Amino acid sequence: MTTFLIDTGTPRRIKAPVMQTQINGMASPAEARIRVRHFDFFYADAKVLHGITMDIPDRQVTALIGPSGCGKSTFVRSMNRMNDIIPDAHGEGVIEIDGRNIYDGGTDVVELRRRVGMVFQKSNPFPKSIFENIAYGLKIGGVRNRRQLSETVEKSLRRAALWDEVKDRLNDSAMALSGGQQQRLCIARALAVDPEILLMDEPASALDPIATTKIEELIWELKENYTIVIVTHNMQQAARVSDRTAFFMLGRLVEYGETNTIFMNPREKMTEDYVTGRFG
Amino acid sequence: MTRSRDDGMFRFTTAAFAAVVLLIVIAIGVELWRQSFLSIEKFGLHFWTGTIWNPVSGQFGALPFIWGTLYSSILALIIATPISLGIAVFISELSPQMLRQPLTYLTELLAAIPSIVYGLWGIFVLTPIVRKLELAVPDPLKKLPLFSGPPLGVGMGTAALILAIMVVPFTSSVAREILKNVPMAQREAAYALGSTRWEAIKVALGYGKSGIIGAVMLGFGRALGETMAVTMVIGNNPQVSASLFAPQYTMAAVIANEFTEAADELYLHALIEIGLLLFIITIAVNALSRLFIWSMQKRTGRTVILRPAAIEEVAA
Repeated sequence: MTTFLIDTGTPRRIKAPVMQTQINGMASPAEARIRVRHFDFFYADAKVLHGITMDIPDRQVTALIGPSGCGKSTFVRSMNRMNDIIPDAHGEGVIEIDGRNIYDGGTDVVELRRRVGMVFQKSNPFPKSIFENIAYGLKIGGVRNRRQLSETVEKSLRRAALWDEVKDRLNDSAMALSGGQQQRLCIARALAVDPEILLMDEPASALDPIATTKIEELIWELKENYTIVIVTHNMQQAARVSDRTAFFMLGRLVEYGETNTIFMNPREKMTEDYVTGRFG
Repeated sequence: MTRSRDDGMFRFTTAAFAAVVLLIVIAIGVELWRQSFLSIEKFGLHFWTGTIWNPVSGQFGALPFIWGTLYSSILALIIATPISLGIAVFISELSPQMLRQPLTYLTELLAAIPSIVYGLWGIFVLTPIVRKLELAVPDPLKKLPLFSGPPLGVGMGTAALILAIMVVPFTSSVAREILKNVPMAQREAAYALGSTRWEAIKVALGYGKSGIIGAVMLGFGRALGETMAVTMVIGNNPQVSASLFAPQYTMAAVIANEFTEAADELYLHALIEIGLLLFIITIAVNALSRLFIWSMQKRTGRTVILRPAAIEEVAA
């Protein structure tokens, strides 16, 4: 029943180092896939993340919730250094994946992004065929073998629960698919390069309830094989799909723990107010 | 009651304006045809294929001019397209924020220079340079049809170069506008899959493909109709030759040069028929490129992002 409370920037709450070993039923540091330590992020001079410290466990779904502008998207985009493409943005601190700080000078960002896949809020298929969309990541990775491409395309589409709907029209344009199908296509495309971690930035916020349910079921299945971090605006969604939840507010991590705890018995007043819908 | 009638009026007025555009095109076509019927009657389809242009003996064949126009425009396209795309990619994807505006402004400034100024610059600066280059071509290469003939400076090569310079600002401005409109999400998708910067740029170019082809065709259309600068450097000699050194002629140039001298009626009608051919070829090129873009969009299932506003802005 321990709520894992982490550095929120105010001295009173810096308990993380002490408590790391005490988490019960959650990732102990040994199981942590992503270790974040005192991570700050800046857009030009504006500091948007303040000293984030948290451990994200392997093969579980970790949800990041919080009101708009709280930094949760910035944070998730820091984990594959997607923010690098924004001019004048930079991160400081440590995000360790499998023991290596991705913010070290020597990190190969291209290689990193192949290991840490990402799915975006708005589905963004390329204006190409369904097949070519899925095969893109492999092709830029140097795979030319037609059979290998076909096998991976099928496997990825099956994993994304889209195969049965599109198997007869792989050469049709991906733009002709429905919104929900496009989003699953984007998930399949991310899976095709065989990542270990999957980041999802509000993957269902533009979808109708039925398509959303499908995506959520899919996330549930995918965690068998992938470590998933999902940003969501929708608290019910966080409650449904995640094992652990982190609540962000004004660029600080307010509370982080098992999803049940965060929703049923939060430690912080702010968290309680947010999850019960009193603000946000 | 009155307000809904206003709606009807509005609709009628705008429809009338739209119809005027179509009518003008038709009227130009009909008038060109009417004013050239002597030549059409006399030469028929041989006008398209005849290679002799002799006002004294009254023999008129337009092939050298058609050839000159198409050849110089295609050469200009080959030179200008990679340069224009390079400029567009640099300005929209790679250049530091600080340089973007000045570079955009400078490329567009090129479009504002009057054609006659390009022509003068072509005669006094470009032609001597091209002549030096022609002299420097090694002998074995001169056996190729592309480099045959005496190195005069004036000729197809110089004309193609000057056309290319004139086309670059148009094509690069539209291509830049197209790239600017490619959603960030497309680039993000590419980066998230482990694309390098170059690969992400290729994705953006692929997304804007139909618009970029439109930009290139816009440049081609410009090159086809360009008159003054080409007239001044191409050498004005009606012959069909693959050589870059050879002085040749274009349709627009022959009309500009000879219209005032066309003493007899057949001569005049032949010149106007050349105008008719240019009109037909330009429309055909535009229609073909439209068709091409359209079929490509049907394949990718997406609407074009070539914004007319971008073109107007450049043409202004």
